[in-house]
Amino acid sequence: MRVVICRIHLKLRDIEFRATFDGVYDYAVRILCTYKRTSIRAYYRLKLLLFPGAKTTWSEKIEFIKMKSYRPIPVYRVLDRQGNVINPAEDPKLPEDIVIKMYKSMSLLNNVDKILYESQRQGRISFYMTNYGEEASHIGSAAALNNEDIIYGQYREVGVLIWRGFTLQQLVDQCYGNKDDIGKGRQMPVHYGSKELNFITISSPLSTQMPQAVGSAYTLKNTNQVVVCYFGEGAASEGDAHAAFNFAATLDCPVVLFCRNNGYAISTPIKEQYKGDGIAARGPSYGIHTLRVDGNDVFAVYNATKLAKEYAIKENKPLEIIPHQMIVLPTDLPSEIKQWTTNDYPVMKLRYYIEKRGLWDEDKEKEWMKKSRNDILNAFNAGEKKLKPKWTEMFNDVYKDIPSNILKQQDYMNKHAPYNKYYYSDLGSNPDTG
Amino acid sequence: MALNKVCASCSRLSNEVKVLHGIISKRHHFVYTPDLKTPVKGEKRKMNMFQAINNALDLTLQNDQTALIFGEDVGFGGVFRCTMDLQKKYGQSRVFNTPLCEQGIVGFGIGVAVMGWTAVAEIQFADYIFPAFDQIVNEAAKYRYRSGGLFDCGKLTIRAPCSAVGHGALYHSQSPEAYFAHTPVASKDPDPCIIFEPKTLYRAAVEEVPLQEYQLPIGKAEVLIEGSDVTLIGWGTQVHVLKEVAQLASSKFKASCEVIDLVSILPWDMETVCKSAKKTKRVLIAHEAPQTGGFGAEIAATIQEECFLQLEAPVARVTGFDTPFPHVFEPFYLPDKWRCLETVQNLLEY
Repeated sequence: MRVVICRIHLKLRDIEFRATFDGVYDYAVRILCTYKRTSIRAYYRLKLLLFPGAKTTWSEKIEFIKMKSYRPIPVYRVLDRQGNVINPAEDPKLPEDIVIKMYKSMSLLNNVDKILYESQRQGRISFYMTNYGEEASHIGSAAALNNEDIIYGQYREVGVLIWRGFTLQQLVDQCYGNKDDIGKGRQMPVHYGSKELNFITISSPLSTQMPQAVGSAYTLKNTNQVVVCYFGEGAASEGDAHAAFNFAATLDCPVVLFCRNNGYAISTPIKEQYKGDGIAARGPSYGIHTLRVDGNDVFAVYNATKLAKEYAIKENKPLEIIPHQMIVLPTDLPSEIKQWTTNDYPVMKLRYYIEKRGLWDEDKEKEWMKKSRNDILNAFNAGEKKLKPKWTEMFNDVYKDIPSNILKQQDYMNKHAPYNKYYYSDLGSNPDTG
Repeated sequence: MALNKVCASCSRLSNEVKVLHGIISKRHHFVYTPDLKTPVKGEKRKMNMFQAINNALDLTLQNDQTALIFGEDVGFGGVFRCTMDLQKKYGQSRVFNTPLCEQGIVGFGIGVAVMGWTAVAEIQFADYIFPAFDQIVNEAAKYRYRSGGLFDCGKLTIRAPCSAVGHGALYHSQSPEAYFAHTPVASKDPDPCIIFEPKTLYRAAVEEVPLQEYQLPIGKAEVLIEGSDVTLIGWGTQVHVLKEVAQLASSKFKASCEVIDLVSILPWDMETVCKSAKKTKRVLIAHEAPQTGGFGAEIAATIQEECFLQLEAPVARVTGFDTPFPHVFEPFYLPDKWRCLETVQNLLEY
């Protein structure tokens, strides 16, 4: 290998580069210098002053920039509360089959939640998290993407999986951690993942997925794919969220950072989570194009995601979308949230729309509700009956190949487990056969 | 980092009135038996562990006007109810929610303590303490040393629920004490400390708790059951597994086990442990955390150095496996009473 030693001297005052090369001539350095000269000339053309760390102008007046110095970022919407399109130019004009698939997915998601949440309360599964109120965010964004786009979820994105074709049986099997769970019974319920559907497996720690999504997006530059990373407004307080925003912007990554803002992180309201104009206002300050949309309006989310994807692919740049939506937490609802649930429920909003278009009626609704409930219950009952995976599955996948320390432990447990078969068998997994 | 206790009633509860026969739940892998010894005289009330912690925090806020309690969701009482009603009683300026950011919570707590105030920072789950690792390991633990004793954050306490709970899987079950035990900090009081609270005991542990403020020494283990054949060492929930193992060993093998609750990980009580090891000549150390690099290795190495000639069998470890904490396989993963009992038998027959 040839060794190239080069020194570059940059004098800011007279904007001059001088490059000295010791050793072998190197193309890369020359290209770098040419590039730098061009960008410096461009600053001059804009007549902006080049300060270290900022391109801006002088001011002779002392003045704070206050929160009220800017207007809050408005919320983009397509539908009003009665399901009417407000501005016809914004109507995505989706074909009948897509709109019906949207409605069915949203209401199915709602029924899945009801049944699995109830089963958690009965102690049949150990944990559950509902998606109630977030249906439009999931389905609107999922419909604007295709299955080749990579999804990094937080844990309330099961609608995206349903849209992509994850079956009810796969959902239930994961929640039970039974022998057909793709995740092999290792994680808590709702920690779904699917290689086939390009949905990276959920992990419980919040916002750890965000810088990872940005890294994945870096590899998709100049392709027709993007990464969509979902996170909550609470997760946006973590250090990882800052890292993700900053890396996405500085490294020009085609990633859509999708913040589901539902107003609460467990019990903590947004007023104790952040000040200012919210997560949306952070976008421009990081140099990221940003849209704030009505998270209860499936078409607004659809349009926003579609536009974001197009931009990300064309420009190789990150985007931020912040749907604001109502929520339902397992605990008691605060009154302002109750008001949202009655006035602005996303599934109802879409139902008004499809009924007005003549695509849906009360009979179809009854029929679909009956069918979707039955489908879920069938999957649920089947999932409950399945055995757990064999316990030795615990030792696999820590590494690609099992190292000697774990082999030794597995061997020890192998000798021990049959010894106490009567005790371990109440797991539902036979210690011998799984 | 000192893993110890500031408010004694947090972790060691006592009972001299009656023995509860344990709260036997299908979901628990242990039988809880209350401690009969009482650390101080005076009025007592029956409480479970989260109520005792709540009581200790209440006393701290009442007796120390500079004390602050903060973390995610502590305002409404915390997800394990340990800070219940404290915001109502002491106001939002002393008991408050923070944004969801562990590095922020600990860094903020260090700053509070540097000013001489008392900071009680709650991390919602021990599994989520790692974003704060830098603040704990590189900042809190080195503040006094690096400033030549000019500054310290000795009045910082970090509380975090830890360990298995029956269905917690990878990220609600971990016992990360060994990571923090690897960072030395001067053990002179006051120094910053982490208290890991086994979350499965929040409701299961019920004892008579003294109502007045009291402190137990840091770095002192407790011999819960005296015995002569095998020493069983554990901490947290595992102590209750070992107490049952001692009973089983007595009825099945007529073996007399000594059970030691290590109580504090760093500093740890070498004297009590080695004294017992020299007496029984056989030692079993059990912890939920994985075996490799677990704190049991440190104890085993010390026993080997100090008691080599007295030992009749190699020091045994019964621990979690070197894998992440798995969801449905939890009963196979935990160092339960059957695995411990089998090891006791092996030690006796060695």
